[in-house]
Amino acid sequence: MEQIEYKLLTRRFDIIDALSIDDYIAQGGYTALAAAMKMKPEEIVEEVKLSGLRGRGGAAFPVGLKMDSVRKADSEVKYLICNADEGEPGNFKDRYLMEKDPHQVLEGMIICSAAVGAHKGYIFIRGEYTRSIYIMSSAVQAALEKGFLGKNILGTGHDFEIEIYTGAGSYVCGEEFALMLCIEGNPARSTYKPPFPTTEGLFGKPTQINNVESFANIPSIISMTGAEYSKIGTKDSKGTKLVSLCGNVVKKGLYEVPFGVSIRDVIDGPGGGPLQDGILMVQIGGASGPCLPPDMLDIPLDYKTFADQGLSLGSGAIIVIDRRFGVLDIVRNTLKFFKHESCGKCTPCREGIYHLLILFDKFILGQAEQKDLDTMMQLIETVEQTSICGLGQAAPTALKTTLHYFPQAYMSGMRTNRSRVI
Amino acid sequence: MDLNEIVRTRGNTPDQLVGVLRDLQKTKSRNYLCDEDLEAVAEAMKLPESHVYSVATFYSLFSTKPRGKFVIMLCRDVPCHVNGAFDIRDALETLLQINMGETTRDGIFSLEYTSCLGHCELAPVIQIDDRIYGNLNKQKLEQIIADYRRR
Ligand SMILES: Cc1cc2nc3c(=O)[nH]c(=O)nc-3n(C[C@H](O)[C@H](O)[C@H](O)COP(=O)(O)O)c2cc1C
Ligand code: SF4
Ligand code: FES
Repeated sequence: MEQIEYKLLTRRFDIIDALSIDDYIAQGGYTALAAAMKMKPEEIVEEVKLSGLRGRGGAAFPVGLKMDSVRKADSEVKYLICNADEGEPGNFKDRYLMEKDPHQVLEGMIICSAAVGAHKGYIFIRGEYTRSIYIMSSAVQAALEKGFLGKNILGTGHDFEIEIYTGAGSYVCGEEFALMLCIEGNPARSTYKPPFPTTEGLFGKPTQINNVESFANIPSIISMTGAEYSKIGTKDSKGTKLVSLCGNVVKKGLYEVPFGVSIRDVIDGPGGGPLQDGILMVQIGGASGPCLPPDMLDIPLDYKTFADQGLSLGSGAIIVIDRRFGVLDIVRNTLKFFKHESCGKCTPCREGIYHLLILFDKFILGQAEQKDLDTMMQLIETVEQTSICGLGQAAPTALKTTLHYFPQAYMSGMRTNRSRVI
Repeated sequence: MDLNEIVRTRGNTPDQLVGVLRDLQKTKSRNYLCDEDLEAVAEAMKLPESHVYSVATFYSLFSTKPRGKFVIMLCRDVPCHVNGAFDIRDALETLLQINMGETTRDGIFSLEYTSCLGHCELAPVIQIDDRIYGNLNKQKLEQIIADYRRR
């Protein structure tokens, strides 16, 4: 059997002591920074562009393009933000990156700060991650003492400081606009866009905001060159993906795989297979992701393959749900999650999810009629299309995909079983 | 630490508001921020009270109602759900003789639901104070509760 795991970002996990910067340096750490500091900012950006790296926080925007916009933005003050809010149910990869190799994340941030011209960075860590907060804070301190952070980094004249910012419990806080509002001391209610953070971000200044895993890739890209890095993965998806594998599998855990391996490869390979009841469905990415039936698990982890089917990979969680559970129970849980986490700012999300749940419960009670189904389909469309942030836009995904792939589950919730569910 | 010290160490710029509220709530034995606390924070941070209130009521780690000395937060999202989170809920309710959302009469424990705690590989998961407990079953739960009771 071909090798399923590929250790790039996780190669130092459990080999080094996360609290020891010397361990990190002994394993080649901070050499990418030294190399980057000898490059021109546009050369660093060019390497990241060549690598093909796309954001690992869910939206998959090309990281090099984002860096380029911030680099070119005309402003004395620019910010860098590392998004470590990790609130999407099923995900724990960023926690592992911070707790097992914190300097890899820092090094990535410092390289980016030099490329885009930012002098202040924030790492926004969710409040529940007390160990991550502790380890990242210690790492920042150690990097300061070694001159990798602070004033005149490695004698180049570049200054960069990092502040650890702790969230206070809110899923929507991970959305980039909401996150910046939180740092500014407000409730995390997202806002209309554009302008985008690259031009008007934190405190109104150009801001590069990326996910922890995105930053963690940067040192490898600089060390091995963008061109070499782009040989890992597939034509449309470069590099590796950290997969948070959970739910009903034998070995839940974090696995790093190159893009292109299939969902089933991950579950049956490192995951040790599903539990004895067998797979009912698999939710990809987290609560905001699609629910797929067992016969679709051979599709590869690849941005384009997913997009071609109208699906999204999200942040890479794979949640296995076995046959002891019902499709509707799982979807109901997901809808309740979004109802609870909606910030309430815009009507389609606040009211739409509420009404979707009321309609949905008619199916649970076996009392739904054709008109309920029609209304539900329309409402799904409205919530997806008109919510102002990604929370509302993705909230109906589990509902929509199960309507599509598991029509029988909904049919049996209807008074007359004659209706057709697409 | 009292509020003055917290504000002195953190500074009173708006970006410190969430942190100040967090630090302050940690000093309170009943795990919540009362009206007087919010007024005092508004005063110290030179912010409108309504703003401080809106922030304190937005985030789930803050409470404006008294809670137990130990708040037990049970994750109910899908990865925990399919690993028996609701059996853990039933066990907790029976053990403590309260329902979710309530506080024991002696003021020691509160039971609350939470969204994903980011430790789904250990599902089912609860959090008490800053500690995560995973791979729970009934026996483990009884042990944990007994340990906290003894504190
Ligand atoms: C409701 C919601 C929650 C999000 N939570 C996170 C999160 O926890 N971590 C993250 O990196 N991105 C999260 N995002 C995506 C961010 O808005 C943003 O796209 C990302 O931080 C950009 O970084 P990337 O390009 O490196 O992925 C979330 C988006 C939405 C709509
Ligand atoms: S879509 Fe939902 S979470 Fe986003 S701004 Fe609107 S109400 Fe708030
Ligand atoms: S779903 Fe419970 S910890 Fe993630």
